[in-house]
Amino acid sequence: MKVPIWVFVVVAVLATAFVLRIGAEELDQSHQTERIAGSAGDVLEDDPVGRLKVFVYELPSKYNKKILQKDPRCLTHMFAAEIFMHWFLLSSPVRTLNPEEADWFYTPVYTTCDLTPNGLPLPFKSPRMMRSAIQLISSNWPFWNRTEGADHFFVVPHDFGACFHYQEEKAIERGILPLLQRATLVQTFGQRNHVCLNEGSITIPPYAPPQKMQAHLIPPDTPRSIFVYFRGLFYDVGNDPEGGYYARGARASVWENFKNNPLFDISTEHPTTYYEDMQRAVFCLCPLGWAPWSPRLVEGVIFGCIPVIIADDIVLPFADAIPWEEIGVFVAEKDVPKLDTILTSIPPEVVLRKQRLLANPSMKQAMLFPQPAQPGDAFHQILNGLARKLPRDKSIHLKPGEKILNWTAGPVGDLKPW
Amino acid sequence: MKLSQQQNCNTRRNNSFRTTGPLDSSVDSAFKPLASFFWVVLHGLCCLISLVLGFRFSRLIFFLLFSTNTTSTTNHYTVPALLRTTSDATQTLTLQTPPVLITDTPSNRTNPATTSSRVVVGRHGILIRPWPHPNPIEVMKAHRIIERVQREQRLQYGVKNPRPLIIVTPTYIRTFQTLHLTGLMHSLMLVPYDLTWIVVEAGGTTKETAALLEKSGLRTIHIGFEERMPITWEARHRMETRMRLRALRVVREQRLDGIVMFADDGNTHSMELFDEIQSVKWIGALSVGILAHSGNSDESSSLLQKQEDEENLPLPVQGPACNSSGQLVGWHTFNSLPYVEKSATYIDDRAIVLPRKLEWAGFVLNSKLVWKDIEDKPEWVKDLDKLVADEEDLDSPLSLLEDTSVVEPLGNCGRKILLWWLRVEARADSKFPPGWIIDPPLDITVPAKRTPWPDAPPELPSNENVSGAQERREKPSSKTGRVSRARHSRSKRRRESRIADSQVSGRHAEEK
Repeated sequence: MKVPIWVFVVVAVLATAFVLRIGAEELDQSHQTERIAGSAGDVLEDDPVGRLKVFVYELPSKYNKKILQKDPRCLTHMFAAEIFMHWFLLSSPVRTLNPEEADWFYTPVYTTCDLTPNGLPLPFKSPRMMRSAIQLISSNWPFWNRTEGADHFFVVPHDFGACFHYQEEKAIERGILPLLQRATLVQTFGQRNHVCLNEGSITIPPYAPPQKMQAHLIPPDTPRSIFVYFRGLFYDVGNDPEGGYYARGARASVWENFKNNPLFDISTEHPTTYYEDMQRAVFCLCPLGWAPWSPRLVEGVIFGCIPVIIADDIVLPFADAIPWEEIGVFVAEKDVPKLDTILTSIPPEVVLRKQRLLANPSMKQAMLFPQPAQPGDAFHQILNGLARKLPRDKSIHLKPGEKILNWTAGPVGDLKPW
Repeated sequence: MKLSQQQNCNTRRNNSFRTTGPLDSSVDSAFKPLASFFWVVLHGLCCLISLVLGFRFSRLIFFLLFSTNTTSTTNHYTVPALLRTTSDATQTLTLQTPPVLITDTPSNRTNPATTSSRVVVGRHGILIRPWPHPNPIEVMKAHRIIERVQREQRLQYGVKNPRPLIIVTPTYIRTFQTLHLTGLMHSLMLVPYDLTWIVVEAGGTTKETAALLEKSGLRTIHIGFEERMPITWEARHRMETRMRLRALRVVREQRLDGIVMFADDGNTHSMELFDEIQSVKWIGALSVGILAHSGNSDESSSLLQKQEDEENLPLPVQGPACNSSGQLVGWHTFNSLPYVEKSATYIDDRAIVLPRKLEWAGFVLNSKLVWKDIEDKPEWVKDLDKLVADEEDLDSPLSLLEDTSVVEPLGNCGRKILLWWLRVEARADSKFPPGWIIDPPLDITVPAKRTPWPDAPPELPSNENVSGAQERREKPSSKTGRVSRARHSRSKRRRESRIADSQVSGRHAEEK
């Protein structure tokens, strides 16, 4: 043969490489999930250990332990993330006991643990509690005054974050607590161009109990036969009897337009098979309520039900790491009357792709706060988010004598000691 | 309505005090006490007017009168909002309540550079489209999406490489044949796998059965068996066995590939059954729930009931018995001792019909077991031809095996009951219209326009042959018809008495 041997070798190598690559693709196909890559890249599986160091301030127990002892319900409600984040950081490898080498500083103050008998948190004392904690750390350690809090982060999972009020108008009036203006806030609330969302905040999902959800899993071959599923209030008769205020009228609009539609399984009754029903539905509605976020998003992701988000300008959890546009369906509030047209005109391939993205285990892990912490869970995503903000430029360090924060700003009631 | 208006009035009063705060601030401070009194009076007046008119009047007036006084930022928000609620093509439920807006004044003060939010806090209209009912085209699209999702689910999580099924059913013409076969047919039509349905009919193939099978759209093999079905249950069971073997011979001759399942036409199958039997390798056994048909309520059965309660007998189940590690150790068979005196001998006996010890329906086989010559045939299976030739009494497919321990228990080791056995037959002398078609129509034909139905329209089509169809349709209305009327002719009276009879005896009255 005239053909030299090396040609055969090259061809053979190329052929095997080709076959192997196809094999790898087929393997991916058979798993029927897709990799999640957000605007920050493929970061859900990053390991934060080694990329940052966090120093946890030792506050007196009246800021954390005593509050929790007074009301252990704080561990199970949807604002429990602040407590679990503290516990996670105490035993995490990113924690450092040497504050000089720390990149971030964490203040464990449980501001969302003052509960009514019904279990709803009262935010009235929270600004004072936070102020008092900051006064403590600024007087006992030099790190706050060094940067006026720019390398500190706080977990504020309440309705409107650090605005510390449950009513939106009051929250907007108060704005973010002035002392927290430079700090990084880790909060569940997220809405673009809103006073209560600062530029560099990290949005997290609300706490949903992982064991409870795992206990209600049904076999994945149970056919999904419900088209759209929703359980919850449409009118909040107690606080908004006329309607139009609660959820900006969006939930009422869903009810009025689709209560007779057999494709929409919507009602206010909360059945015991709520989690199982979600696993039998293709789309789950996640409309705003008094605040734009809700645990329904987390439940939808865990149970593989495509979330239909009806909340204008909402910022969803870990928005830079998770491409929510590709996973969920966004419907503007003014388009709610056309919701059925919108949902039925989604091509089936797109629906299947969204389900594949939801089936990705790293996606489900990122929404949960399991005890003990597991790699890829929401705690690690928060640390990843903090790590992505490093390295910082030196301008955050204040020159000696420079003061930016106004310690007497805010309503007079906030200035009282706690 | 009035009550709700009252309530609205009260809450509105509260709301207005809350929301007229910023408006108040614009009023001159010197006139504050007078102004607030004036507000109260005006508001009360508007309340009364709204009660009379029936819609919320006060807010609109406040808004229109005072929108020019407020700061420019409120103006900026109110105008587009008003436009939004009034010029929208969709109706709003609360037309008369334009959003009352709270301005972002604190944020404007501290940080004038931030872009103002499009999303405003406050009362919004509830958007409802003019025809809030489902569109049929969209419903069909939604169903197609659901179907595609379910198909994908089955591909991913269901059975991989499903094998075709071969269903063997012995049957014969009788009153309840259509009933049973229709049920079975619909179950089979729902099965998502390829299937071949072998129907063996005693007494030869008949047109009626063939017509019924045509409707299924399944691949059927309709075989006639040249003996008539006997009238005793014992003999019937034995004949059904022979019919099943006949079907197995067809599987052998045509070398049909797949999983053989025995579906009797009286049984009820669940859909999970068909998914479960895909996992059989050679021969598998399932648990069958036995619904022993108890006769009508008479003393004997009530005695039996008491006995059952005493012994605490649950639903009898036939099937494999497993030990704790999931291996087959024995069989649950039907204990016919309690029923021995009460059991039915003839097909239309009003007594309990008993199953055999182990019904054929509870077994599934790999069709290769009955093929003639295949390379990897297991040693423990006997040859089919030899069995039939030996004329053994084949009670159950277990007689096909030399060694019964190779049977695979299915359905979570027999814990799940996926099919139920029931034998219900009509009386032997019951007559049913052949093909369940009433031809010619029923005998009573009343010319419609002379019928004195009280709520019937005066002019009716004068078609004299208005068949039983119209008659039947009008019969329900006759419940309200007055039977005794002053003006009837003799014939009408007769007709009406007939009609009265038919009311009593139901729709298919045949007597004259």
